[in-house]
Amino acid sequence: MILKNFFSQLNIVANCKRYGVSLWQCPQFLFLIMGAVIIATALITYILGVRYVADPNIVSLIVLVLTIVLFIISFSITRSVEGLAEANRLKSEFVSIISHQLRSPLSNLKWVIDLLLSGRMGKVDEKHGEYFQILKDNTARMGELISDLLIVSRIEQRRFPLEKTEFSLEDLTREIIDEFRPMISDSKIEVKLEAANTLARVFADSSRIKIVIENLLDNALRYGKNQGQIFIKLKTTGKNLLFEIKDSGVGIPKEDQRYIFERFFRSSNVLKHQTRGSGLGLYIAKFIIERSGGKISFQSQENKGSTFWFTLPTKT
Amino acid sequence: MKKILFIEDEQALQKTFADFLKQEGYIVISALDGEAGLKTAKTEKPNLILLDLILPKMHGFDVLKALKSDAETKDIPIIVLTNLETVVDVEKAIELGATTYLVKANYSLEEIVSKIKKTLGE
Repeated sequence: MILKNFFSQLNIVANCKRYGVSLWQCPQFLFLIMGAVIIATALITYILGVRYVADPNIVSLIVLVLTIVLFIISFSITRSVEGLAEANRLKSEFVSIISHQLRSPLSNLKWVIDLLLSGRMGKVDEKHGEYFQILKDNTARMGELISDLLIVSRIEQRRFPLEKTEFSLEDLTREIIDEFRPMISDSKIEVKLEAANTLARVFADSSRIKIVIENLLDNALRYGKNQGQIFIKLKTTGKNLLFEIKDSGVGIPKEDQRYIFERFFRSSNVLKHQTRGSGLGLYIAKFIIERSGGKISFQSQENKGSTFWFTLPTKT
Repeated sequence: MKKILFIEDEQALQKTFADFLKQEGYIVISALDGEAGLKTAKTEKPNLILLDLILPKMHGFDVLKALKSDAETKDIPIIVLTNLETVVDVEKAIELGATTYLVKANYSLEEIVSKIKKTLGE
């Protein structure tokens, strides 16, 4: 059993994958590197000792003490890293399991509300209909949060593959705007799309890019102060396609701007305007765009509005 | 009237869905675990099967495999209806012969019924 455990520890690639961390953050790999450093240090100390110290016993003692000290230090470092990596893995797994478990009762709820609202179980009067709609909206909200948490846990566990194909970003954007129509008319914000005549097709995972555009449009609408316009612009820039979304909403305070793509970060001013939001959308968007070979950034001024943009490669 | 077999271990979900489908004019038969689902599919010969993946007694993928390798049931269209949504699961289900793969959380009852109608050629 001990031997089996020992050999399983030697399978560095499998262990790093299990923790979902890069090679340089992987405890087993770090231990290997530390081992190489200890051997190299012991050899150098020995060579220097033989040259400059007359007594071979003292040389051996120096090498031995140095090796032991280095071993203890490296062992403690890798153990701490291993503890952190394991805690991180457990957290991601916990989020994943809880989110999955929450999805089933949520599907039940959603379908029951659908059934009641459909009128198939008896006529729904106006007042009841309003309350069912509240239930429906809140269930959808919980569903969105769970989906975001699941995406984040998959990203952390390195289980978020992208299936790249060629597609029209303009068509996708129009489709998303159509899906957002009810929210757009509720917000009283006008959404305008401007696309160049000959736009190249992008090479990316359309279902993942859809998440990015939905997040950006959702933010622009929710933090848009129920007024003004949202301009979406699509144009080709060299070998990339540029997507730009400009709003006249609450903007992001300067001091918060460098944290905006971090997980769970929510700007101080948006909390005043809109309590809803998980702080995961932009983190997910950044991950998807960068993994697709593009770039994402923004410009913003508090109380004036924000412009977010991203690029995507037009061919492989 | 067309017969639909719903293999799903969540009783509440079974009830809601069955009520909705009955209103749409289908006969709904329920099975609460994989083994029962397989058995019912052979005896009842439904026109379509809705199959969850995480099931007691027998995993949905094993049920799918068994249904597709049995001459009596291999031609019945199967819609996988689950909350698992990784690419690996979707690919495996399609590879094993599922007609469509739907994630429960992403679809309303109306949308699922329209997928069923499309699969049945209605």
